[in-house]
Amino acid sequence: MPPLKELAKRPERLTSGHRLCAGCGAPIAIRLILAAADKPVVAANATGCLEVSTTIFPYTAWNIPWIHSAFENAAATITGVETMYRAKKKRGEIDEDIYFVAFGGDGGTYDIGLQSLSGAWERGHRFVYVCYNNEAYMNTGIQRSSATPLGAWTTTSPVGKVLPGKTQWRKNLTEIAVAHDIPYVAQSVPSNWRDLTLKAEKAFHTEGPAFLNVLASCNRGWRHLPADTLKVNQLAVDCCIWPLYEVENGEYRLTYKPREKKPVEEWLKVQGRFQHLFSPAYRYLIDEFQAYVDREWERLLEKCGETKK
Amino acid sequence: MAKVVGFNGNAAVAYAMKQINPDVVAAYPITPQTDCVERFAEYVSEGLVDSEFITVESEHSAMSACIGAAAAGGRVMTATAANGLALMWEMLYIAASMRLPIVMMVTNRALSGNINIHCDHADTMGARDAGWIHLFSENAQEAYDNTIQAIKIAEDLGVRLPIMVTQDGFIISHAVERVEILEDEEVKNFIGAYKGRYPLLDLNNPVTYGPIDLFDYYFEHKRSQIEAIDNCLPVIERVGKEFGELSGRNYELLEGYRLEDAEYAVVALGSTCGTAREAIDSLREKGKKVGLLKMRCFRPFPRESVIEALSPLKGIAVLDRSVSFGGFGGPLFTEVRSALYDAPSRPSIINFFYGLGGRDIYPEDIEKALEKTEEVVKAGKIEQHIDYLGLRE
Amino acid sequence: MSELKGWKELVPGGLIVEAGNAKEYKTGDWRTEKPELNPEKCIHCFFCWAYCPDNAVIVDAEAGKMLAFNYDYCKGCGICAAACPAKGAITMVPER
Repeated sequence: MPPLKELAKRPERLTSGHRLCAGCGAPIAIRLILAAADKPVVAANATGCLEVSTTIFPYTAWNIPWIHSAFENAAATITGVETMYRAKKKRGEIDEDIYFVAFGGDGGTYDIGLQSLSGAWERGHRFVYVCYNNEAYMNTGIQRSSATPLGAWTTTSPVGKVLPGKTQWRKNLTEIAVAHDIPYVAQSVPSNWRDLTLKAEKAFHTEGPAFLNVLASCNRGWRHLPADTLKVNQLAVDCCIWPLYEVENGEYRLTYKPREKKPVEEWLKVQGRFQHLFSPAYRYLIDEFQAYVDREWERLLEKCGETKK
Repeated sequence: MAKVVGFNGNAAVAYAMKQINPDVVAAYPITPQTDCVERFAEYVSEGLVDSEFITVESEHSAMSACIGAAAAGGRVMTATAANGLALMWEMLYIAASMRLPIVMMVTNRALSGNINIHCDHADTMGARDAGWIHLFSENAQEAYDNTIQAIKIAEDLGVRLPIMVTQDGFIISHAVERVEILEDEEVKNFIGAYKGRYPLLDLNNPVTYGPIDLFDYYFEHKRSQIEAIDNCLPVIERVGKEFGELSGRNYELLEGYRLEDAEYAVVALGSTCGTAREAIDSLREKGKKVGLLKMRCFRPFPRESVIEALSPLKGIAVLDRSVSFGGFGGPLFTEVRSALYDAPSRPSIINFFYGLGGRDIYPEDIEKALEKTEEVVKAGKIEQHIDYLGLRE
Repeated sequence: MSELKGWKELVPGGLIVEAGNAKEYKTGDWRTEKPELNPEKCIHCFFCWAYCPDNAVIVDAEAGKMLAFNYDYCKGCGICAAACPAKGAITMVPER
């Protein structure tokens, strides 16, 4: 992967003038991922913050061909585009190499779009699917999704007298992707440009489906200061809540190992959505949270061949 | 000398698809359309088409992939029925809004529930306001002919709208009939080469498809869509005429049968028109001045032609094979009656519901409908606007 | 802001055919704080360029130099200052 100064020479594929919130994690991820593409890119986008805020008619922040049609179908849509490209190539009507990418939030990926994504993976189209995962339906105003972690306050898992926010653990979509046996799957964060661009480059170079699950904080929904976006994302990595790893042709590899595994409290305490967990009534959930994280982390270490001998 | 084969409706459309040789087909199986998709899959498997065939995991994805493929810039087809069409609903509106010339064959089938796999028109009638052109076929020959014409209509630069070509599930889709087919070259020349407009794959002119409209632009975009579909009637007529020159089978928006001197007529869609012809011949033999108006083009609704054809009559029986629950009559009745409001003279109109869930309709049913209509006209008063054919009380 | 167009003037299909025209829409007035650059302390690492959600960091990529902030678009989130490894190179100050 070229250094940042080289990436900065590439065309700006997502321009200024979009209307995502100040400090939003999504455009950082999208800009870096698109900068990692060494060939032209055509994108599809699921309904969500990114789609809405970048294309308020008559303005578009996209300097690349881009299509949005609905919420649950970004994968099906991009496979239609990619298939037409193959049809045209076969007939000799196009000769350029093009990358195809689909963007969706966690709502459009973990929940409503999972069926079409699973279908596209099974069919084996060459495309990169990027989930910018902000752990809730942020575009509609912070409702819980299956990516929302245990104990998080959202507007559909509010904290009340009898309920402590979300009562379920999150779905492990990255492992669901791995189970499809697609050639490239990775988790990353916008706070580590090198990790993210390396994985994006690998994803674009993959001859078949590639999946990037990128944790991208929403400061409005997570309740932290806009300037803390990178810090909060990086803490998720250092607490092993969002491990950075990749699975290439079935081979697991940990791409970043925290020097010391921080307790999940470190991540929870910097976000307003978890503040109630620090009251005596709900503190037990922090232990449950830690137990979930520990279990997933140990499993991952084992898969990556990183377990202590 | 035209080549004649024995095809059911599904086979006829699959054969048309083979001759059209679209760039991309994305489809999902559903009774009674499955047979069509299977046959197309065989053409792909045998290398008889160049088409890329996307075997999606749902109809929603079928239409989504068609939208992506059509926006990318090329010829795209699909096929579905009933609940499959219902699952596409959201995407039907979007395909039309984006002005994508997707051609879809629909084998008309009842929408649940209870679940029923047989013919009625609830599926495509439910989609009548989605912005698609909507052509009905009377038999396998028309399903074949309409499919070929649909490509040329949809891709006309003055139209650029998606089209659904329908055929009655099982009644047409699974009944083997005599079908005259064109030569591959004739079809190829008739439809011509695909002309791209704002293709996504044009890297030099990057286009944004499907942005968000707020209250400042949505209305204007819908207005331009209204204009687009209203303007395509002359194109449908022109293509029908050109097809007639090629095949000897001329197509118009509507088709009248023994209407010239008729006093009473039935208005119908699809295969029922064939049944109606028999009923009309039989009544004519008894000296009744009756005729049929077959609606081929339901969307856009050819208001002027309907007025011209029906206004001189005394009474009309409109046959609806689907219900608009809680509405004043079925979809066809509502449209016909509304069109005649401004007519120089207005015939009496009765709506007959029939054939839901594949219930057969017989010539005698249609004779009864015409006789009832005549009675009403003679009595000078309509006591019951809506009636039923072939229903047990 | 452009004049609102009538329906006859619109490109069919609801498309936008002017790629990247969001640049005509200035988001700089969202700001309550703004980043100030001290060029003497800048080490030109490009972290601010990489992490800016709004492409509001002006760089000379050929020369490898960070030049300035683009206040037409900078929303004042402060991510650049937080990401900057060179102490004192970027300071957030209240917008006036």
